Amino acid sequence: MERLGEKYQSVEAFGWAARDSSGHLSPFVFSRRETGEEEVRVKVLYCGVCHSDLHCLKNEWHSSIYPLVPGHEIVGEVAEIGRKVSKFSIGDKIGVGCIVDSCRACESCREDQENYCTKSVATYNGVHYDGTVNYGGYSDHIVVDECYAVKIPHTLPLASAAPLLCAGISMYSPMKYFGLAGQGKHIGIVGLGGLGHIGVRFAKAFGSKVTVVSSTAGKSKDALENFGADGFLVSTNEDQMQAAMGTMDGIIDTVSASHPILPLVGLLKPNGKLVLLGATEKPFDLHAFSLILGRKSIAGSAIGGIKETQEMINFAAEHGIKAEIETISMEYVNTAMDRLAKGDVRYRFVIDIANTLAVTRS
Amino acid sequence: MAKSPETEHPNKAFGWAAKDKSGVLSPFHFSRRDNGDNDVTVKILYCGVCHTDLHTIKNDWGFSYYPVVPGHEIVGIATKVGKNVTKFREGDRVGVGVITGSCQSCESCNQDLENYCPQMSFTYNSIGSDGTKTYGGYSESIVVDQRFVLQFPEGLPSDSGAPLLCAGITVYSPMKYYGMTEPGKHLGVAGLGGLGHVAVKIGKAFGLKVTVISSSPSKEDEAINRLGADSFLVSSDPQKMKAAIGTMDYIIDTVSAVHALFPLLGLLKVNGKLVTLGLPEKPLELPIFPLVLGRKMVGGSDIGGMKETQEMLEFCAKHNITADIELIKMDEINTAMERLAKSDVRYRFVIDVANSLSPP
Repeated sequence: MERLGEKYQSVEAFGWAARDSSGHLSPFVFSRRETGEEEVRVKVLYCGVCHSDLHCLKNEWHSSIYPLVPGHEIVGEVAEIGRKVSKFSIGDKIGVGCIVDSCRACESCREDQENYCTKSVATYNGVHYDGTVNYGGYSDHIVVDECYAVKIPHTLPLASAAPLLCAGISMYSPMKYFGLAGQGKHIGIVGLGGLGHIGVRFAKAFGSKVTVVSSTAGKSKDALENFGADGFLVSTNEDQMQAAMGTMDGIIDTVSASHPILPLVGLLKPNGKLVLLGATEKPFDLHAFSLILGRKSIAGSAIGGIKETQEMINFAAEHGIKAEIETISMEYVNTAMDRLAKGDVRYRFVIDIANTLAVTRS
Repeated sequence: MAKSPETEHPNKAFGWAAKDKSGVLSPFHFSRRDNGDNDVTVKILYCGVCHTDLHTIKNDWGFSYYPVVPGHEIVGIATKVGKNVTKFREGDRVGVGVITGSCQSCESCNQDLENYCPQMSFTYNSIGSDGTKTYGGYSESIVVDQRFVLQFPEGLPSDSGAPLLCAGITVYSPMKYYGMTEPGKHLGVAGLGGLGHVAVKIGKAFGLKVTVISSSPSKEDEAINRLGADSFLVSSDPQKMKAAIGTMDYIIDTVSAVHALFPLLGLLKVNGKLVTLGLPEKPLELPIFPLVLGRKMVGGSDIGGMKETQEMLEFCAKHNITADIELIKMDEINTAMERLAKSDVRYRFVIDVANSLSPP
């Protein structure tokens, strides 16, 4: 459907967008609003490639608005600040994650849980309060309210900090909230992808014992030697899974495809918690006995609030936690998406926007 | 050669048992062990009829070992105490609940959570620590290790207090554990039966606002005027359910049949918790989106530990919380079971064992 032309705001912008649900990305000239009083204009340096980007590009959630510029793991440099901005100065390195606004009045917003505000505005493919569609970080700059950006400490390398803005907070938040972080706790992390590998690093920094549960036996070396996991279970190996039953205080399940959860509930100790991050459309078959015998629970979690995201970034800086990335050029992004669909990435693509986007503009 | 139920223990016993999955109960002669050094022998006065009794006599869950003598909401008088028993004396009024054995040395047992011990054994239809089958409270007397016997507080009636031993602790324990006790918060109670009606009373005693969620509009008057609920939501009324979206901090789901979780999850606020207590024969559908988008949780809970059960009895005595019961005679049990299957009871049957169970 033709909207009010891509050039209906006052500042020209350039990025890559998909025009339809083929998800194929290509150069796209569009526009962004003027920097508001409480906003900052950020020159994008790097942007992580999240699996959500792929889901959205292909309209798998049936809510995509085209042209669609994805990207919500944005690290950049402040280029302009509105006159009421107090959090940042020009030149600061900052991050923008999955949401760029919220109602600021509901209970969730008041408790710094903007991620659960029912009126939160997504960084891309979301509709801003002024009616304009948001475009994400696969672009040269972005304008954002200062309340929805976080400072990146100078000790964190920028490219490998980008995935923390979504993958990082998605793992950090439930570990803290559900009490799974800390000495003496045994956490299982299901799926060793973009989220899972960062989760292992956070959990180890918290002092937890970590077991990775994965369907890919080949990831065991990385899990144990590179990320510091204490154990590795192949989820399709019945003997291994059986032997690990009743051993975990909590499990964070990062897998978004439909998969059996009863075996995961079995891995929990009494009082154990299974936290699901991947929202599948198909409901799970819940065998009530599996939760009742052992007082176990299943919960969900979605990213984290802004205050918590800053806390997570600071924690990552303090403990030297970064994502394991493959830096790519803007031009490579379609190939990267094909590889991501097959799980062929160790473990997050990050687009070098600053050095490779402009050159694609003909 | 295997001993028969009548001869495997030295003391003759009598009760009513189901012999097969028809679930029909009838007189049954068996035997009980001698009172050991750690044991208490209880002459049974009353025994509540729990939905689990019905599930078990019909073999709904596939692990019933017939003959089954059900009954795990037992109130009686201690008639013998072993020489190591310090907590009880002969003549004490005591209760016996759902479990009568555990390993007493694992992490769960050491935390007074015998109900989560992997070697826990049940008051009936279970293998006790002596390797023999356990028989429950639809009988004259029972012999129980002191650890699994409870003091019945003064002021708590034996008949209407009996259901607290399962129904009471089953709702009290998760309310404490999942933090559902903050005064002023809003609790939804789904299902108004044996568990549900006690949950309403305990919820009000914690200072919560309580809404009953039920498919039976006819229960509204009692829910509000007799049980003290603040409001009543008919689950089959889509408009009322829609209006209540995102209003509840907690839900205790006592419904034992298969039912939809999606509408209940919708009633929860962000960070809301739903505790599922019913044990349907088939799985429930658990939708994931509501959990993720609202950081909601579905948890289970299984009765409670012994220390906690005692605490619950004291709490109920203090707040005058008892079950609403229909007292029946032993020989009315089969009719009662048929009515229970149709939820035709306000809200718990209790068998007047002492006055109606007589050996032929």
